[in-house]
Amino acid sequence: MAIRAEPVVVNIGPQHPSTHGVMRLRVSFDGEIIVDVEPVFGYLHRGSEKLAEERNYVQALTLTDRLDYVASMTNNQAYCLAVERLLGVEVPERAQYLRVIAAELQRIASHMVAIGFFLQDLGALATPLMYCFRIRENILDMFEMLCGARITVSYMRPGGVYADAPEEFWPALDKFIANTPHLFDDLEKLIVENEIVLVRTKGTGVLKLESAIAGSISGPVLRGSGLPWDWRRADPYDIYQRVQFDIPVGQRGDNYDRFQVRLEEIKQSLRIVQQCREQIQPGLARAELPFILRPPAGAEAYGRVESPKGELAFYMVSDGSVAPYRCKVRSPSLINLTVLKELLLGSKLADMIVTLGSIDINMGEVDR
Amino acid sequence: MLGKGLVKGLAVTMKNFFKSPTTVQYPEERVRQHARFRGEEFVWYEERCTGCASCAKYCPLGIIRIVTKPSKTAMQEGDKYDIEVFDIDIGRCMFCGLCVEACPYDALFMGSGFEEGALRRDDLVITVDELRNAPKRPSTWFRPQLESRKYDPHTGKPLPWEEVGREQWPWHQKEKAGAKITRRVQRGGASEGQP
Amino acid sequence: MVPFLQENVVFRGVYCFFGGNDGNATWCGGRDGIFPGGWEWLAFFIAGFTIMFILVNGALLGAAVFVWAERRLIARFQLRRGPNRWGPFGLLQPIADLLKLITKEDLVPTSADKIVFTVVPIVMLASLLLSLAVIPFARNTYLADLNIGVLYFIAVGTLSTLGVFMAGWASGNRYAVFGAMRGVAMLISYEVPLILSLVGVVLLAGSMSMVSVVEAQLIPFVLVQPLGMLIFMLGISAELNRTPFDILEAESEIIAGYHTEYSGIKFALMQAAEMAGVLAASAVLSTLFLGGWSGPFLSGELGAMWFLLKLAFFAFLFIWIRSTFPRLRIDQIMAFAWKFLLPLALINLVATAVEVYFFAYYNAAVPGEITRSEQWIMAAINLPLAIGSIALFSRFLRERIAAPSPRLEPKVAIIQPAEAAD
Repeated sequence: MAIRAEPVVVNIGPQHPSTHGVMRLRVSFDGEIIVDVEPVFGYLHRGSEKLAEERNYVQALTLTDRLDYVASMTNNQAYCLAVERLLGVEVPERAQYLRVIAAELQRIASHMVAIGFFLQDLGALATPLMYCFRIRENILDMFEMLCGARITVSYMRPGGVYADAPEEFWPALDKFIANTPHLFDDLEKLIVENEIVLVRTKGTGVLKLESAIAGSISGPVLRGSGLPWDWRRADPYDIYQRVQFDIPVGQRGDNYDRFQVRLEEIKQSLRIVQQCREQIQPGLARAELPFILRPPAGAEAYGRVESPKGELAFYMVSDGSVAPYRCKVRSPSLINLTVLKELLLGSKLADMIVTLGSIDINMGEVDR
Repeated sequence: MLGKGLVKGLAVTMKNFFKSPTTVQYPEERVRQHARFRGEEFVWYEERCTGCASCAKYCPLGIIRIVTKPSKTAMQEGDKYDIEVFDIDIGRCMFCGLCVEACPYDALFMGSGFEEGALRRDDLVITVDELRNAPKRPSTWFRPQLESRKYDPHTGKPLPWEEVGREQWPWHQKEKAGAKITRRVQRGGASEGQP
Repeated sequence: MVPFLQENVVFRGVYCFFGGNDGNATWCGGRDGIFPGGWEWLAFFIAGFTIMFILVNGALLGAAVFVWAERRLIARFQLRRGPNRWGPFGLLQPIADLLKLITKEDLVPTSADKIVFTVVPIVMLASLLLSLAVIPFARNTYLADLNIGVLYFIAVGTLSTLGVFMAGWASGNRYAVFGAMRGVAMLISYEVPLILSLVGVVLLAGSMSMVSVVEAQLIPFVLVQPLGMLIFMLGISAELNRTPFDILEAESEIIAGYHTEYSGIKFALMQAAEMAGVLAASAVLSTLFLGGWSGPFLSGELGAMWFLLKLAFFAFLFIWIRSTFPRLRIDQIMAFAWKFLLPLALINLVATAVEVYFFAYYNAAVPGEITRSEQWIMAAINLPLAIGSIALFSRFLRERIAAPSPRLEPKVAIIQPAEAAD
């Protein structure tokens, strides 16, 4: 008589230290191997897209801060790009430079969160997390100088940024550019050649390039699988044509490559910030637009940026009134999660948490 | 060789062991906020406010409630109202500062503090009397006139209503002069000037 | 009168104070004690109780101090301060934690096996306290000098493995059983290299008694047995569920640990046993590998100061490792034990056995004795051997653990920018 075996279904519930927000996974195990994954989202759904239809264009900007709450500047940037395309206005150059500086600083901050929590999930008891947050704290301080808030910034407006940077911002930025490589080296020495990190992340969570392209993956996940695709180069917006930066690309598509891609992107972002600091000229920080915006009826626009998590885009349709008719968010975290099942099937239990951490999702974006 | 990365990691942690910690011991020490900080109090100058309720209309959450009645001092139609109720519910406010952005008369400013905790949710509504009596240390968010004066709300002194605005509206001059205005309203035409 | 207690300074002092001279106790120096004749049994009882009191309370207070020290030190490694609100420097924080745990509800799940569930913290604490019996704090300051001291320590320490499995099984939670089974597999696998690494020390000393190991250390055995100490440290980290082997306590793993269902005072006792276990392990490490109570000055009977210093050093080492490294996966932990530590332990054993035979028996003046210079020669042989064998093994593991170089290839994208956006 054969022993009947059936897979164990474990519910990694919405409250869990490692699911990066409120996400539920119903995982079936055969011993230690995962045989089925069913993700359940929606715990953080706040109806942002519908709420945006009830608010005018600047009020809806405050909603966009809260989509990917770890990287608000790039959310604002994508939204403002879409609205500017609806209106057909051009943004002054100084405003574009300020936007790029803010966006790249935000990219560094977001990657610090991603890397810190990735290592926390690996079990490194918050030490690398604290080193990451040491750097991130400086960035958030600079954001407070710029616009008064650290996380939900609402810094940008359609037509530019809301105001020029204060005088105290530029010395702080110079100090940041000077100090961060040293702090970052500390972090790298702690984690990059660490054998335990290597042995746990190499070869696990492999995403093949064909699956990534078929699943519309973008961001560091796609670049970790081998394709050097970055929207700042493929479809440049703001002043990205004028700055030099490299695009780090991984070879194998495993957790280690995605993690390395993020580390390298931080260095490239620092490079961009430095070049912008040198190139910026005095000028207007905001285009002269009416207080209440009314784009022409029937206009539609797609504003896309390379956010730290991937391709973030807003598709907006206007009907001539003060509020958008439709504001759809193409959120990278949600699209990146479509390959979750493929990534996790066949891997072990302990690798599941690590893989989820390396995709770097944010539930505010997934659920909107 | 096995262990080299591990030893490097140990060296990094040991080096940071001897650095001083980055902790700021709240409440004995505090982190300094910047001038543009969007704080939890609000700074409202009644002398500058006309009761137009632009702030209430522009608030994305609709938490500002304004009830006005015709004014007894500035009695020209369209000039200024008396504010009876001006409630801001900071229990639901997200401190986006759009209300401050909307105010055409520079009457509303973001505050500079953040220690506004209360024990009951109802106590989180700022009423008009609290707004009148609160210390006037406005944040420089969206107020370039304060920024060009390099005003720092955390170290500077409270500002009176004459000094905080960009433009001086007609009733400001009247209020300064202490004039009493009698009510004369004309329909279908411009209102008459005051004495 | 049990013979080995006569040497114990504390016991002798208290006994002679109370019981004094009688026909048996000629070692009190001729003084009479307080009690009249015939009451020596009471003096014995008081003296024994004093020792036990000091030992048990020292262990538990040490656990509390260790908890405080660990939180403060890990915080310093992470660039922050630890708890510093309760008491000066936060010294009363463990008391606050203890009060919190005592006042929590003591839940026993309905599907649990109640008797076993309750007995588990007792088993774990008992295993720890029994193992303290053989640790020598200074010359003639120990509870017992068993001539199987090292073996006794390991044997009693293994009782906690039984406690782990009892905890998992009696919780009535199938995930706790999974976790406990993993834990037991890990703990038992690490016993093998642990014991083998100690055999080298035993060979050098010629006896399993801890006191004779300390006295045989003409130079600290960490130099003579570097591989042994490394294997012992890694093995005892795994036995204590310390990072990088703390898979059983990990909060980001979804398979719950064996102590999931424990709350309140039971949990407090299990944590105390674990923390004090780190101290016991550090004590054994400092006894067997660093020379126990010996030091350049004030050693011997007053050597407790040196012993505590060495113990603190090893405790610091455990804390330092915990705050730096992530944790390994369970199959990697098992592979590490069987495929890395065990062969190294065997290499160490064979090398030490050959050296001891050569130096102590082959052409030795006094058979069984190793002089200081011979120990230095052995150190000079063993240290390169240790480095060499670790390097040899790392060649086998190279493709798993080596960082690729260059790590990434930075590229400038070859995609042409699109035409000006609409």
